[in-house]
Amino acid sequence: MRLTVLHKTHYTYDAPVPYGLQQIRLRPKSRPGQVVEDWQIDVAGGQVEVSFEDEHANSVDLVSFASGQKEIEITCSGTVEVEDKSGVVGPQGGYVPLWLFRRSTSLTKPGDRIKGLIADAPSDGGDLDRLHALSAHVLSAVPYSTDQSASDLTAEAVMEAGHGVCQDHAHVFITAARALGFPARYVSGYLMMNDRVDQDASHAWAEAYVDGLGWVGFDISNGISPDARYVRVATGLDYRDAAPISGLRYGNAAEDMSVTLQVQQQ
Amino acid sequence: MAADQKYFDEMFGHGTAARAPYVDYCNWFKDEDTARLLSKSEEAEALFRLIGVTFNVYGDPDATERLIPFDLVPRIIAAREWAKVAKGIEQRVRALNAFLHDIYHRQEIVRAGRLPAEMIARNDAFLPEMIGVSPPGDIYTHIVGTDLVRTGDNEFFVLEDNARTPSGVSYMLENRETMLHMFPELFSKIKVQSVSQYPRALRKSLAACAPDACDGRPTIAVLTPGIHNSAYYEHAFLADQMSAELVEGHDLRVVDGRVAMRTTRGYKPIDVLYRRVDDEYLDPLNFNPDSVLGVPGIMDVYRAGGITIANAPGTGIADDKAIYSYMPDIVEFYTGEKAILKNVPTHRCSDPDALKYVLDNLAELVVKEVHGSGGYGMLVGPAASKKEIEAFRAKLEASPGNYIAQPTLALSTVPILTDAGLAPRHVDLRPFVLVSPDRIDITPGGLTRVALTEGSLVVNSSQGGGTKDTWVLEE
Repeated sequence: MRLTVLHKTHYTYDAPVPYGLQQIRLRPKSRPGQVVEDWQIDVAGGQVEVSFEDEHANSVDLVSFASGQKEIEITCSGTVEVEDKSGVVGPQGGYVPLWLFRRSTSLTKPGDRIKGLIADAPSDGGDLDRLHALSAHVLSAVPYSTDQSASDLTAEAVMEAGHGVCQDHAHVFITAARALGFPARYVSGYLMMNDRVDQDASHAWAEAYVDGLGWVGFDISNGISPDARYVRVATGLDYRDAAPISGLRYGNAAEDMSVTLQVQQQ
Repeated sequence: MAADQKYFDEMFGHGTAARAPYVDYCNWFKDEDTARLLSKSEEAEALFRLIGVTFNVYGDPDATERLIPFDLVPRIIAAREWAKVAKGIEQRVRALNAFLHDIYHRQEIVRAGRLPAEMIARNDAFLPEMIGVSPPGDIYTHIVGTDLVRTGDNEFFVLEDNARTPSGVSYMLENRETMLHMFPELFSKIKVQSVSQYPRALRKSLAACAPDACDGRPTIAVLTPGIHNSAYYEHAFLADQMSAELVEGHDLRVVDGRVAMRTTRGYKPIDVLYRRVDDEYLDPLNFNPDSVLGVPGIMDVYRAGGITIANAPGTGIADDKAIYSYMPDIVEFYTGEKAILKNVPTHRCSDPDALKYVLDNLAELVVKEVHGSGGYGMLVGPAASKKEIEAFRAKLEASPGNYIAQPTLALSTVPILTDAGLAPRHVDLRPFVLVSPDRIDITPGGLTRVALTEGSLVVNSSQGGGTKDTWVLEE
């Protein structure tokens, strides 16, 4: 499936920002099952300082704000050809040892609630069956709801809230999968929803490592493994590793962000 | 002075006659008046105060700045003794750099079964952000301070590798300056290898590691956490001595793809940053977001090849004391040779059998925290009271993986000058090593630390240690 993406993130500030940086992970890469035909990032109100590949082989751009700026807009656009691989991403490439994906991070530390979730997770079948069952189990424990005030919730806090969005589902799943002994990671990317062109936001799902298959994707929120409608952009141990945009700025200006995202089949 | 038979005295061995390297010094010393020398001691102290070589002792609110006591009897090493030590250090430092490269790339040593993966996985100093990063020249640890102890004529042990941020080189330089000033006649009688070239060598070594982005003569800067840091004096001193800029985090920012410092004529890119700020505080964008000591985005510029950071982030894994216990294997794995310098036998308390042995023998052992440094949080069994041992036993049982234990070594002694004349005190040695792609440069000598309290084995300045000038004789 050939998907075109237009993704704008617009920040406005109520006062000029004397200095600021944004680290952006918004460049999908070609890989088995995903061919990036063209991709562009434009920054209005800032400039790309450096680009590099991080430890998860994500393409990262460091953007600086033009001095005294009150708004900055990052526009990504491109075309990606995606093939349905039933969620199978394949072997671990690069230098990152698999044990790193068993590490808990501050967002993915298992507490009593996650332990409770694991205790009554289905334990029949092979690894793949168990992970699919875990995905469904997470969604039933934490139903989808956009009725959430905080972003950046820990997996435990999501369990406590009792509902969540894709990012929260991914964190709960990753935390539980790691506790069950599976290397697991967070994926940020795009999903083309069949019924609309304008998407609410970029998407997030999880991958777990299954012996014999390698990495396998699980979109917990939608109860499926990613197919030809999913563009994989960045991965990491949790949201913070794979966040589309993370920044730092000086001064006291308040920030307001708006996102427009279109994903459509060409 | 009669030497204590239990310990090897570097001046007298186990007897009463001066060992060869000390003969000329002892001949000079016997004609000297002790009272005059003691007054020289005071003169030395006044000199240090004047130049301001001071350090802070953590946990001592009354003494924010204190002088490290200086003893004017030099520690003397013969050229042939030094040659062997230097060869051993060079081998070890090569292995350390190869190890660091490997750990952040294919981890061949783990694949080969020579180092358990947990040793890296549980190591807090392992920085995932360094995975796959090859620093300019492939050097990770540009400046090393290998701590050595001696137990006999031919017995040197490495106590710690200090691959992260060794400090103390300013004392090595100031101690020599002071000795030259006070006893010029001694240096005309006895040919001592010079150490004063160190700042030039440091500059040269760092410059040789400049990144590809460097255009022309490399710009070098020393990044200090600021005047409240215990080693601020050293940061300022080194910057001054090697004609580099002394900068703090707020002086730097990312400009046009480089890390640049504010100057009166705008921003100037830095090629090599000798940073004396710990990894965690180096970059609030990538590490601790609350840090005000670092430079936001410096890790991004680094990973893009725009700057050299010395020492490289993530080198601290090599300073872990559990990793230390694998150093003989590490040296052999990467150099194909047996380690020239010995390792102190080390019990990893994470291993239940080792833990049992350690708990049964606490009174004889030295127990250290895996991530500790500076002599803080350690137990010296033979010197500890029953109460201290029991308190430590509780800590050890609560988190065994946090500790290693070693036999108490019979550290060599070198005399210090006391009111009653010469008296033996235990010493260690920290030579300073510079690593660049072309060469490994080891300054002859280094910093000798001396435990000033009679019988004490703890030489750390934070624990009441002093320093001595260290002489390596010419051939």
